Amino acid sequence: MHPESPPVPTQADLLPALHRMQAQFGYIPDQAVAELARTYNVSRAEVEGVIGFYHDFRRAPPGRRRLQVCCAESCQAMGADALTAHAQTRLGVGLGETAADGSVTLEAVYCLGNCACSPAVMLDGRVHGRVDAERLDALLAEGGEA
Amino acid sequence: MRIFVPRDSGAASVGVETVCRAIVDEAARRGLAVDVVRNGSRGLYWLEPLIEIEVAGQRIAYGPVAPGDVPGLFDAGWLDGGAHALCHGPSEEMPYLKKQTRLTFARMGRGDPLAFDDYRAGGGLAGLQRALSLSPAEIVAEIDASGLRGRGGAGFPTAIKWRTVMNAGDGQKYIVCNADEGDSGTFSDRMLMEGDPFCLIEGMVIAGLAVGADTGYIYLRSEYPDAWEILENAIVIANREGLLGDDLLGSGKRFELNLFKGAGAYVCGEETSLLESIEGKRGLVRAKPPLPALQGLFGLPTVVNNVITLGSVPWILANGGAAYQAHGMNRSRGTLPFQLAGNLKCTGLVEAPFGVTLRELLYDYGGGSASGRPLRAVQVGGPLGAFVPAADFDLPLDYEAFAAAGATVGHGGIVAFDDTVDMAKMARYAMHFCAVESCGKCTPCRVGSVRGVELLDAMLETRSGRTNDDTLLRDLCQTMLEGSLCAMGGMTPYPVLSALNHYPEDFGLAPKREEKAA
Repeated sequence: MHPESPPVPTQADLLPALHRMQAQFGYIPDQAVAELARTYNVSRAEVEGVIGFYHDFRRAPPGRRRLQVCCAESCQAMGADALTAHAQTRLGVGLGETAADGSVTLEAVYCLGNCACSPAVMLDGRVHGRVDAERLDALLAEGGEA
Repeated sequence: MRIFVPRDSGAASVGVETVCRAIVDEAARRGLAVDVVRNGSRGLYWLEPLIEIEVAGQRIAYGPVAPGDVPGLFDAGWLDGGAHALCHGPSEEMPYLKKQTRLTFARMGRGDPLAFDDYRAGGGLAGLQRALSLSPAEIVAEIDASGLRGRGGAGFPTAIKWRTVMNAGDGQKYIVCNADEGDSGTFSDRMLMEGDPFCLIEGMVIAGLAVGADTGYIYLRSEYPDAWEILENAIVIANREGLLGDDLLGSGKRFELNLFKGAGAYVCGEETSLLESIEGKRGLVRAKPPLPALQGLFGLPTVVNNVITLGSVPWILANGGAAYQAHGMNRSRGTLPFQLAGNLKCTGLVEAPFGVTLRELLYDYGGGSASGRPLRAVQVGGPLGAFVPAADFDLPLDYEAFAAAGATVGHGGIVAFDDTVDMAKMARYAMHFCAVESCGKCTPCRVGSVRGVELLDAMLETRSGRTNDDTLLRDLCQTMLEGSLCAMGGMTPYPVLSALNHYPEDFGLAPKREEKAA
């Protein structure tokens, strides 16, 4: 049931490998796709397919900062639409876009599990609740201007 | 002098770390010795950061505390439970908490989630100890007696699932915990994982003993980094303490637990899509049959249960199925940790027996809208759940009663909207969400959702109420309902049709009936 032989790399390790790679580089570079395909004995198309399926994985470098605005129902009920519009104006990018100078990536996210403190955003991996335009500006200013 | 400062990510999102530093600094400045305990959240989120001071064995609650409040709280003598505008008296006596029936969430917020001795002292491990003295069939019988149904949304009887896996031969089997809590308005899975992780682990081990599985996976969504960190630590501690590993509490039985990170796909909350994802593939939904119970992870018999389902198991084993079954109504037995979210004054977690009405949750607990305006619609059960109008607020939370009303209890998430909500826009959002998150395997979901967005865009633009738009939208919804492979496409019509049926005026159609005031 639990063979003690050295583990053979299988496709089941692909998602963890992609997470590790993205944590290291910020995205999945071209060379990595071929390398992962070889390691896990699947086609490059299969690896691209997996990367393309999941919202988390990106094929291009992200901005230095990453702002995810929750656009799901609970946050909508507490003004997420206005907050999203403010973020777009403030940063000069649309949802899913990275600023031309590479300073920031803005994304929509569907639920951060912080629905009791709506509206919520995630900035560089940290969740913030009860966010209005003013608080968002303050958060963006805190960690270096975006 | 113990001060309880929650480490929960919800509390962190409203600045608890800054408050914690302010408390430590202020105490040092005053030369006072304080022992700061980082507990889980009590679930009274509208009061977070909620700080509790232990005074003569009783905990006094203060909140929401901002860093600037801290010197004043010391001045008011909060270390002795002193009066202050932010003081709510003894935590356990607060009506919001006192009225609840906390079984699954019994330990929530009481202590450090990773203190194993506290877990044991708080009743932890009693369920596992009992399970180790029972045969697999006896464990399943206890779950059967409890009436426990899947808390992820589908409400399928847990015992039937377990029995199927138990009877599926003697080979390798798996326990998979679905922790891909993606529904807006839900956070009970996150709370349990962050606030009482050993409870989930114990539930999974018991499930393993019941069905003959020695390996488990927790599929955790990547949006929950704090839960990931706590679970990672909890698994290490559980292995050290014999809650996991090769010799469970000295019984010689074994269970190995793996943590697996999702990658932002909502549809992976669907059990077969989740299994594909663990196998390293695109999260395409599988056709059923075969059931995952017989051919699940890597094609082997697998129990897939939600966090709250598994988290309820230790209590049931420790206290008996009958004690759990004593709560609830009709075929909905026990309690559900409801989550009050959106436009409510008192948002938070309310564990209550089935049968509690929406009105009680929205007004007695929730305190009405946060905006002060009338509540107009409530979405129950996440983005695939129906909108319930104010006229139906007396519906009891019961799987069958909701189904009869064309709605769903789902995972118990309740999102409230005030009268500024545009229901046609919400219907459009439901289709948009489905288009973004559809796995793409079946046509009704993949194409239907895109057509739905186009149709609703046209309706929103004109709001002319041309009846053929209405007919077309209903026809499309029917196709999605009947033709989709899973709940993603199959239930997206719930919010769309309920919006159309209860709020036709928002679509430019003639109002069908008088809306009762809330």
